[in-house]
Amino acid sequence: MHEFDWSSIPNSLPFLWDGMKISLQITVSAVIFGIVWGTLLALMRMSPIAPLSWFAAGYVNLFRAIPLVMVLLWFFLIVPHLLESIFGFPRGSDMRLGSAMAGFALFEAAYYSEIIRAGIQSVPKGQMGAASALGMTYGQAMRLVVLPQAFRNMVPLLLTQGIILFQDTSLVYVSALADFFGAAYKVGDRDGRLVELLLFAGAVYFVICFTASRIVRYYQHKLKTA
Amino acid sequence: MGYNWNWGVFLQPTSTGDDTYLGWMFYGFKVTIALSLSAWLIALALGAVVGVLRTVPNKWLSGFATAYVELFRNIPLLVQLFLWYFVMPELLPERMGDAFKQSNPFMQQFLASMVCLALFTSARVAEQVRSGINSLPPGQKNAGLAMGFTLAQTYRYVMLPMAVRLIVPPLTSEFLNIFKNSAVCSTIGLLELAAQGRQLVDYTAQPYESFIAVTLAYLVINIVVMFGMRWVEEHVRVPGYLGGK
Repeated sequence: MHEFDWSSIPNSLPFLWDGMKISLQITVSAVIFGIVWGTLLALMRMSPIAPLSWFAAGYVNLFRAIPLVMVLLWFFLIVPHLLESIFGFPRGSDMRLGSAMAGFALFEAAYYSEIIRAGIQSVPKGQMGAASALGMTYGQAMRLVVLPQAFRNMVPLLLTQGIILFQDTSLVYVSALADFFGAAYKVGDRDGRLVELLLFAGAVYFVICFTASRIVRYYQHKLKTA
Repeated sequence: MGYNWNWGVFLQPTSTGDDTYLGWMFYGFKVTIALSLSAWLIALALGAVVGVLRTVPNKWLSGFATAYVELFRNIPLLVQLFLWYFVMPELLPERMGDAFKQSNPFMQQFLASMVCLALFTSARVAEQVRSGINSLPPGQKNAGLAMGFTLAQTYRYVMLPMAVRLIVPPLTSEFLNIFKNSAVCSTIGLLELAAQGRQLVDYTAQPYESFIAVTLAYLVINIVVMFGMRWVEEHVRVPGYLGGK
């Protein structure tokens, strides 16, 4: 049976916290950008202009068919190449965090756009009709009448997707970027205490995600009864 | 960008000489399929049991099922995989742990990946089963009990046959997910599709060809599963329900 020794955790807490900051940074930037780009994709997909709607459908279906690991590998391969050749970045500079943030944002936008599309479609048609009858343009009706109602209903789903995204950020491990999980693995590997560090990482993720999902559920309940 | 495209690379013999790079890809493809299908079968069986337990009127059983689902849903897949692969053999009784560590590396990686994907997915399947059962009108259960069925019989003959047909569409997306999630197993060295793609990059220095090939392979899996499941969906649809005949 394994003899536990947790002593390497207290000393490495600052390093682990640095990793957690990277995880949170990727999560927050991907949630914000994902919702903005996802909303645009959803509007394009529902637009009567065929090429726009084809583009959005193709984008969403492509990203949803490919494993996230593969998407991240693509971004770690392509983004540095692009930055080097287009913007003249010095070769070999560390762009892993930027690549990860771009990859997650573009990937998550596909998932967000499906949530947002369902949210927009759940707003009764009469709302759009009423807004047009009041003389609003399509853009005004979307922005002032439909989207505010749609987003109010969607908040729990968007937050739940955010929790999934936070869990998925651990996959930046494929680029050896030291997010929270990567940091925990490095410490465990260095001190020969992989068992303890992996259990600790699992417990931390569980506490954060479980608490967050409870809060979302509470909010969802309040939304229903309001 | 000055990149030299060379699609012929797939037909070149590998540096070990006994196969072509296309052969490596195909081997990875087979591992991905075998891993995902075996994990899916376990996930379906476990998920059905846990999902039913979540709905039974027994505080201990439903409490256990809830804890099971929460545990597997709130820890990242990658962390779960590392826990199965690196931590579990240390916590098992010594003889079992040693037996695992002495078996061949491929078996270790495949077993850990299969158990990890199966349990991770079973928690999601359980949620679908639960919501399928809860979506049935309460009258069905009451009618079953009023006819003199036991609770087990009511589940077996009245509720589950309906619930199973209702949850086929959401299960399709879980089935697609398990193939995508299997790519995570490349991180512990299992030579499945994504890992073969990365290995090809190291050996041939033709990253674009290899990543495009791997991506296309995942798209093909995705399309085949989608058409297969659409066929299943059409055959099990409940007449009179939304989307029914």
